[in-house]
Amino acid sequence: MAERSGADILVQCLLDLGVDTVFGYPGGAVLPIYDTIYDHQKIKHILVRHEQAAAHAAEGYARSTGKPGVVLVTSGPGATNAITGITDALMDSIPMVVITGQVATHLIGTDAFQEADTVGLTRHCTKHNYLVKSPAELAGTVHEAFHIATSGRPGPVVIDIPKDVQVATAAYEKPTLNAHPSYRPQTEPDAEMIDKAIALILQSERPILYTGGGIINSGPAASEALRALADMLGAPVTSTLMGLGAFPASSPQWLGMLGMHGTYEANFAMNKADLILALGARFDDRVTGRLDAFAPLSKKVHVDIDRGSINKIIPIDVPVVADAGRAIEAIIAGLKARGYKKPDYSDWWSRIEEWRARKSLDYVEGGEEIMPQRAIAELYKATRDRDTIITTEVGQHQMWAAQHFHFDEPNKWLTSGGLGTMGYGFPAAIGAQLGNPDSLVIDVAGDASIQMNIQELGTVIQYSLPVKIFILNNEYMGMVRQWQELTYESRYSHSYSDSLPDFVKLAEAYGATGIRIETMDELIPGIRRMIDTPGPVVVDCRVAKLSNCFPMIPSGAAHTDMLLDPSQVSGTMDDEARALV
Amino acid sequence: MHIRQEDSERHVLSVTVTNEAGILARIAGLFSARGYNIESLTVADVSADHKVSRITIVTNGPPRVIDQIIAQLDRLVPVHKVTDLTEIGPFVERELALVKVAGTGEARIEALRLADVFRAKVVDTTLESFIFEITGPSSKVDTFVGLMRELGLVEVGRTGVVGMLRGTAA
Repeated sequence: MAERSGADILVQCLLDLGVDTVFGYPGGAVLPIYDTIYDHQKIKHILVRHEQAAAHAAEGYARSTGKPGVVLVTSGPGATNAITGITDALMDSIPMVVITGQVATHLIGTDAFQEADTVGLTRHCTKHNYLVKSPAELAGTVHEAFHIATSGRPGPVVIDIPKDVQVATAAYEKPTLNAHPSYRPQTEPDAEMIDKAIALILQSERPILYTGGGIINSGPAASEALRALADMLGAPVTSTLMGLGAFPASSPQWLGMLGMHGTYEANFAMNKADLILALGARFDDRVTGRLDAFAPLSKKVHVDIDRGSINKIIPIDVPVVADAGRAIEAIIAGLKARGYKKPDYSDWWSRIEEWRARKSLDYVEGGEEIMPQRAIAELYKATRDRDTIITTEVGQHQMWAAQHFHFDEPNKWLTSGGLGTMGYGFPAAIGAQLGNPDSLVIDVAGDASIQMNIQELGTVIQYSLPVKIFILNNEYMGMVRQWQELTYESRYSHSYSDSLPDFVKLAEAYGATGIRIETMDELIPGIRRMIDTPGPVVVDCRVAKLSNCFPMIPSGAAHTDMLLDPSQVSGTMDDEARALV
Repeated sequence: MHIRQEDSERHVLSVTVTNEAGILARIAGLFSARGYNIESLTVADVSADHKVSRITIVTNGPPRVIDQIIAQLDRLVPVHKVTDLTEIGPFVERELALVKVAGTGEARIEALRLADVFRAKVVDTTLESFIFEITGPSSKVDTFVGLMRELGLVEVGRTGVVGMLRGTAA
């Protein structure tokens, strides 16, 4: 058998695994791999401007296509720069394979140039990682890495390849997948637990479906199953930030997002429900608020593919370790087998309608200033008839987008939920645009967040990616400022965005189009122009500077202690609540 | 404000893992990253083909945390099986210690007498010292070491706990 170099084996594996796009940045320790991909037209390499962006772009690609994102970076700083994106993918369960170059095996441990202990550094921010010490191990490792990244609870996997392993040769045979004998994710639900869940459904008078990113990760069939189950039950549906789009926002059963900045009706329904069906959601602290006051009246069924998510935060009555889609299908089948008929939940719904009538997402307008909520609402109106993908950075704009942009389909909403990474949205939009060339991809950004990966304007120009950046510019790190107003008596310590660039000129400097929107009259035409302008566009939308994101459950408070408007803000908070953040 | 503490219980966990580079760091790092306690940790290759190691971990925490520890260990890719010996029980727990005691006269004789009571073996001796080898549950080792402190204890080396379920089941 002819021998092939490690670099050649790696690229062959990527081709065999159907990889069409790699986000990367070259450097000394990956030169052999870069030399090999130079010859391959089938793999499109996207040169980013910073390795963090490569990882976020891979996340955006993965989240919007369902396929794993692939990253290729060099040793040392290449790997360490990618770590934020890798951690982000771990927290949000994004399938990703990161290939890092490493110094030659005989130099490992000698503090060599651009050496970092990549497997050590990434051990706890990956689902699994490898240091490959021989080209003969490479093919099996790469295939196993993709299997682990994409199966079970998805996540990032790092493959660290020393430079001499890339150059050395070994016999190559296309491997058959021979995954770790100890790696056996449970995807099929236990029948007994499904029966118990159904028994609770049959007894329930006030059920609610609490859904999360697990439905999106499970694939489009899970979203279909969720819609079918909701239709069968006639129960209200709420979702975490990560799960938006799995259930259509246009449905009358939709209560909106729950949690810290969720709607009044979603949080009250969770609080008063007698049965919570948690489907692919993990009771994150942004969702639960004060734990001893969380959904005190309810039995809880928790479907999660990760046994570690169950009973981690909230005691569960019926644990179902399974793929969310498979579990929902099993519940539907079980209900049908019992001749289930939709019960009368009209009392429950009439209470929900009272909460809904509070119109918790309303905001006060007037005058020339653009309210940020209005900007998002107009963006939604102008794009709702198109195939639109929204990404966000992290902060107030992210919450306003989650509240005022409405999603009817999965994989159209890409945001950094678990890690809360400023700088995620723009590179994620790049990945989403590459995976969905015909979609309108918009990064809803803040003036502070966008500067964390603004250098990627170079990337969108290089690859002619028509990504739109819609900056809600209030000249503050708005969420930090909001918390300072609420809990630190408006002492705005270092939360003002001083010395902001002129975003229009900045866009133009890179060769993109810049648009400034300053008044209400300019809002709708400005959004229109953004959509109609080919190529990348940066919109600097000047919004009311001191707007706060409401409703809000203050840290350490119960769902029922929700703040609906600024008049309820005291400006102080006790130490217990401050410590929770 | 004060940080609240919950009541802890001690559990002995037996974990079988693929014997691969970095596995011990992965397990130990999981404990430190998630703030779990390790009282002792032992690891050794236990298979004929050197592919599987057995790790015994003694930990403590509230029941909720113990459950999380097991779940978090179990989701690591190279972990085959996690057995909570304390929960499943009954199980045998053993630890080996080497205990060096120096002294002369009555103290030396008393040390030897107590060693006999505890069925500790003398594995090294000079005219002024002994090294005792003692095996048993950690509590027995603790007691023996405690007594030796009064009788010229010089140093102690302990292996940490290994444990195994009683009866035929693995």
